[in-house]
Amino acid sequence: MSVRGHIAAIRFGYGLRLGEAPPANPEAWLIEQLDRPAAPPEGLSLAEGIRLRMEDQAARRAGQETPRAANGRSALNDAVRNEGIAHAHRRLTTAQGFRERLVDFWMNHFTVSRRVGVIQPIIGAFERDAIRPHVTGRFADMVVAVARHPAMLVYLDNAGSIGPNSPTGQRRRRGLNENLAREVLELHTLSPAGGYTQEDVQAFARLLTGWSVEFTNPPVGFVYRTAAHEPGAKVILGRRFGDGEAEGEAALRFLAEHPATWRHLAVKLARHFVADDPPPAAVRALEAVLRETKGDLGATARALVRLPQAWDPPLAKFRAPADYVIAAARAIALPEDRADVIVSGMAALAQPLWTAPQPNGWPDTMAEWASPEGLMRRVDWAYNLAGRAPRADARAVAETALGPLGKGETATAMARAGSVRDALTLLFGSPEFMQR
Amino acid sequence: MSGAAPHASFRPSRRGLLLGLGATFALGHARVAFAQAAGDRRLVVVILRGALDGLYAVQPYGDPGAEELRGALMLPEPGREGGLLDLGGRFGLHPGFATLHGLYRANEALVLHAVAGPYRSRSHFEAQDMLEAGGGQRLTSGWLNRALQAVPAAGQARAGIAIGGGVPLLLRGPVPVGAYAPPGLDRPSEDLMLRLAELQGADPRLAAPFAEGMRARGFAMQTLGAPSNEPDRGSFPRLAAAAGRLLAERGGPRVAALELGGWDTHAGQAGRIMGPLRALDEGLGQLKASLGDHWARTAVLVVTEFGRTARVNGNSGTDHGTGGVAFLLGGAVAGGRVIADWPGLAPGQLFENRDLQPTRDLRTIAKGLLRDHLRLPEAAVAQAFPDSREAPPMAGLIRA
Repeated sequence: MSVRGHIAAIRFGYGLRLGEAPPANPEAWLIEQLDRPAAPPEGLSLAEGIRLRMEDQAARRAGQETPRAANGRSALNDAVRNEGIAHAHRRLTTAQGFRERLVDFWMNHFTVSRRVGVIQPIIGAFERDAIRPHVTGRFADMVVAVARHPAMLVYLDNAGSIGPNSPTGQRRRRGLNENLAREVLELHTLSPAGGYTQEDVQAFARLLTGWSVEFTNPPVGFVYRTAAHEPGAKVILGRRFGDGEAEGEAALRFLAEHPATWRHLAVKLARHFVADDPPPAAVRALEAVLRETKGDLGATARALVRLPQAWDPPLAKFRAPADYVIAAARAIALPEDRADVIVSGMAALAQPLWTAPQPNGWPDTMAEWASPEGLMRRVDWAYNLAGRAPRADARAVAETALGPLGKGETATAMARAGSVRDALTLLFGSPEFMQR
Repeated sequence: MSGAAPHASFRPSRRGLLLGLGATFALGHARVAFAQAAGDRRLVVVILRGALDGLYAVQPYGDPGAEELRGALMLPEPGREGGLLDLGGRFGLHPGFATLHGLYRANEALVLHAVAGPYRSRSHFEAQDMLEAGGGQRLTSGWLNRALQAVPAAGQARAGIAIGGGVPLLLRGPVPVGAYAPPGLDRPSEDLMLRLAELQGADPRLAAPFAEGMRARGFAMQTLGAPSNEPDRGSFPRLAAAAGRLLAERGGPRVAALELGGWDTHAGQAGRIMGPLRALDEGLGQLKASLGDHWARTAVLVVTEFGRTARVNGNSGTDHGTGGVAFLLGGAVAGGRVIADWPGLAPGQLFENRDLQPTRDLRTIAKGLLRDHLRLPEAAVAQAFPDSREAPPMAGLIRA
């Protein structure tokens, strides 16, 4: 069924790339992406990212010129830029769009943002080390990997959180920072529907004291600072936890496998893959799989493929700017060495890569993205992208992008267009291309 | 788009779309009935996202409990080097607010302290939604949009406009509003835009926002001229200046919403807050300058979702709290005062032994503005803030 082939590519992935045929067996094609992942991407390691940051900072403090890359740019900025381009390149060229979308979904669930400058060079490592290995693994493992990752520990201020009654706290008169504890409860696991209290937040924050980052002395990265850990028992949602690093991990796993967490994840997944107002049956189905498998995200992704609501009706979701830009670039087969166009397009459409304004990440509903001005910018950007493909076969691009989901009116308007550029702008500016 | 469905059937004419005219919009009729309500007055709402520390922005240096709680975040008293800007003896404004302080001294700025919405959420996202919805629970439309139901469009533009790109919940709802963001790219020809509008016009969900985008842009282009390529075009002072120019236009919008983030200062607050603080202060100055003579008929409400903890945390920052500060400024405002039923900072006076105790409901301020500044009838104010009898409109905010 060619319609289902296109839906598989559009709803679950980032659309087909010009020259790619829709899959003959859409469900099997999606499952294959879960069972046989392509080789993971490489990039700047956590240690390299931290080193670049520290060297840049040291030069600034000393009033010296910061380290330079071969091209003359700041070594730090060049590395950060390359990480973004590598992200876009993988999505431009991948044959496993479903898997990349899952990575991006979980990256957004566990948002870290470039708005905190220190972590800019390690967000790529965060994706590669904490998110990607677990997208078909266990949710609790992802929660723990995220909470231990320096990008998250810095972004949500836990790296400097110190138990007031710990040796360090007594000596340095510094104290608790509850930001990470609060957001793990509110955003990463239970959600406010889980009914935790301010006391739970504070107890959890005390439990996570000591989870910090070593920036200078090798090995750099996560470190558990015993001397900063708040002594004494902590009660979270009625459960008692003792002192130490292992107890913090136990609490994270407890929260990751809480029934309210299954519900929260099921709603978010259904909202992303089915509809802004997810049908209760779809939410229930996903929730049941999460509960029965204790958070097996591979099984959950398979359940998504089996959801009838994820296939019908088609085009029920509005494409967020990143989706839109990547899908358009794939449809014209933007040259591989121009992945930077995707990065700048995301910024132009108000969803700059890894720069969500707040820890709850980018919104996932049409109401948030289909603003009047947002649509205007989208069309402006499409017109600029279309200018890069003046000799494209516009009909072939339309067939790749939408297949039978394309409307007759759009085909007619494209056929009447005075230039390839106008025809492609009409395609990318059509309502059906803006949805998935 | 929750607001899209009722307008899905409209078909603006080609000319109407190009000129940004709204005469063919069905809602035009409904507005005539209220044509005399708003007159010439302008209202701007600035949302500070991330929770501004009210005790830091406006420091109660006269409170004996302040030093103990605030320690490192207390600035020198007024008159000393790097000290606070005096607000009449008990409170001092952060020295980064020089413009705001000038307005205060000119009796054009009010400081409202120990304020909060009716909700007690310490979640940014929940609290922002409720601040914008205007109630103690989440709603799908914003109070400012509901208020616009009683504000006529003065001419060709929508009465309300969101500045900076997206439309915040505050301005979402039944009344179509404009949106303005500074452009930065090549643009399709008008003819191509019209062909796109025809394709979009057939889509039940996208027809209305697409037409609205063309309309808003048509108007904004006339007023602001051709795109410029300035690098900081998204920055708050520039957006504030653009808002002022749009609001100053004859037949332009009357109500605008802006937002500025960066206030979530969990660590190193004294340094981190300076960027957004300076941007806000400069933006308010730009807004006044670009409004020109219309400043005399303008009120600007600056609000945030909640205050921050009264105590400094372990990282020289502050965590999510409750009571905070709001500013009201403009030529129409009866300013030059700090209004606070001050709850005190002594032990036992804090909310949950943690936050500044709120003593004034933010809704009373917004309702006062709707009643006394926009001159909305009682029923329209109630429509903007349903179920808010316990928060009656505050009198005396606006010059008689």
